[in-house]
Amino acid sequence: MTTIAATSAPARPRKLVGAGRRQWVGLLYVAPAVALVVVFFIIPLGMTAWMSLHNWPLMGEHSFIGLANYWAILRDTRFWNALRFTGWYTLVVTIAIFAVAFPLALFIERPRRLTGFYRTSFFMPAVIGFASASLLWSWLLNVDSGLFSPAAFDLGLTEKKVNLLATFQPAFWSIIAMVVWKVAGFTMIILMTGLQSIPSELQEAAMIDGAGPFARFRAITLPLMRRTLALALILSVAGSILAFDQFYIILRGGPRNQTLTAVYWIFNQSFVSFKLGYGAALSMILLAILVALSMVQLWLLRKPEGVD
Amino acid sequence: MAQARSRSSRLRLGIAEHATGMIASVLFLAPIVWTVLSAFKPSQEARLPPLPPWPTTGFSVENYGTLNTFGDGLWLPAQNSIYVSTMTVVFSVIVSVLAGYGFSRFRFPFKDLLFVVILSTIMIPFQSILTPIFLVLTKIGLHNTLTGLVCVYVTLQLPFSIFMMRNAFDAVPREIEEAARMDGANNVTMLIRVMLPLVWPGIVTIALFAFLGAWNEFLAALVLMTDQSKFTLPIMMTALQSGRFGAIDWGAVQAGVTVMMVPCLILFLLLQRFYIRGLMAGAVK
Repeated sequence: MTTIAATSAPARPRKLVGAGRRQWVGLLYVAPAVALVVVFFIIPLGMTAWMSLHNWPLMGEHSFIGLANYWAILRDTRFWNALRFTGWYTLVVTIAIFAVAFPLALFIERPRRLTGFYRTSFFMPAVIGFASASLLWSWLLNVDSGLFSPAAFDLGLTEKKVNLLATFQPAFWSIIAMVVWKVAGFTMIILMTGLQSIPSELQEAAMIDGAGPFARFRAITLPLMRRTLALALILSVAGSILAFDQFYIILRGGPRNQTLTAVYWIFNQSFVSFKLGYGAALSMILLAILVALSMVQLWLLRKPEGVD
Repeated sequence: MAQARSRSSRLRLGIAEHATGMIASVLFLAPIVWTVLSAFKPSQEARLPPLPPWPTTGFSVENYGTLNTFGDGLWLPAQNSIYVSTMTVVFSVIVSVLAGYGFSRFRFPFKDLLFVVILSTIMIPFQSILTPIFLVLTKIGLHNTLTGLVCVYVTLQLPFSIFMMRNAFDAVPREIEEAARMDGANNVTMLIRVMLPLVWPGIVTIALFAFLGAWNEFLAALVLMTDQSKFTLPIMMTALQSGRFGAIDWGAVQAGVTVMMVPCLILFLLLQRFYIRGLMAGAVK
């Protein structure tokens, strides 16, 4: 057995033999992971920063242009429109997800018959991919072969079949409905873990003291769920800021480019117009936003003072 | 009297609760069921609005046949998806088991730094580094290959799965290891014979997340796989749905969506507790 351990670290200096050598072996175990992260994450990250200072077409030479890409971003109204739309979408969808997921979490947290069935069915849409869900809903939302417009027409709710995807408002709210359907179950499970971590004695004590369900929810449930709420919130916000699949697959950024998100705009600049340097500069802005969000997350998720 | 009233009101409350639960369940399950059922309509019927969702003019698998006539057919992108997902599972498990063991049981220089760096990559959106990833893959000759896509997917899985595996190894008592070492086990046999049987629930969890992640990923596959023969299912289906292969056949879309959804749903139903465990581990920490 010593031979195997020794051959796995043959070039180490003599003085590390014994406890020391076993320590260095640890580096070998983590080496593949570190290599992957360096090659496919750290280096690309550095390259993004580097490329953002260049005019970098797909073919031909790239040239250093300093901060010119960033100056161009300042004048790029379509990027700012995309960013504003992304912000609006993030706000609306996050509120909608919580409005659905919180009641569901309260509902499945109480043990009763069929809880397992309810939990599983609420969660099912969360395991299928965003692409599958978007393809599915692009069919349901289709004006001729879909479900919603023809059903509304058949029920006499509309005078003719309405194309839900032709104008901004119905298209936007259709996407919101689809995302809530797909994501609410996921947020529900996160919130449920928070609810379950609240000691039941606390609730019982408050009940004996005569606190009603609403008072208990406000005074016990919400404060004790601060970290879980923050986590669910951050996951939802970060996921929404990076939204792409549903807008690409269902709306192609339309109607009239009104639903281009930030990632969609970066995708267009980098992989449709092939302005790689400019796309990298846009990516740096997105990156800065997400890192700032992570900082807020770390602050919100800090352990309460005095607790381990 | 009072007792009887409270019992009947409790019963009424129970009925109301279960009615709510049932309606909500139906709303969440309906789109999935609707698609799976509609996919079994004959081609002609599948073009019409899905009312009712089940086939009325006879049960048929025609839509799957039609799907197979677009582009490179159904089987090639399905194979690509299966290959990419399987390889992502295999390699993310191998890499994170090794790394989790290393981070849990050894002390070595820069250990904490390396761990923090790997974990913090979860804060960086991969969407913002896709262009350089494309260039790196080109540089090392892996562009437009499924292997290249697997490398990217494995890297994306690492922060979560290494975190999971380190915790799993941390939970194994040192005494077990010491006993095995007395019996003459070295590091490698220790890992395979002694540790793996104890951390397998963690392995199932990370394998499940790796599979679902790779099977469902869209943007990276869209950007990195430019050759139609390398398309995964989501990319092929989006090309079909966008009318790239001519008029959109919604029956084929339903069939394709079914093919994409069913493996995820089956795996989730079989391995549900491992999935929830993974979510909880992420949420509690």
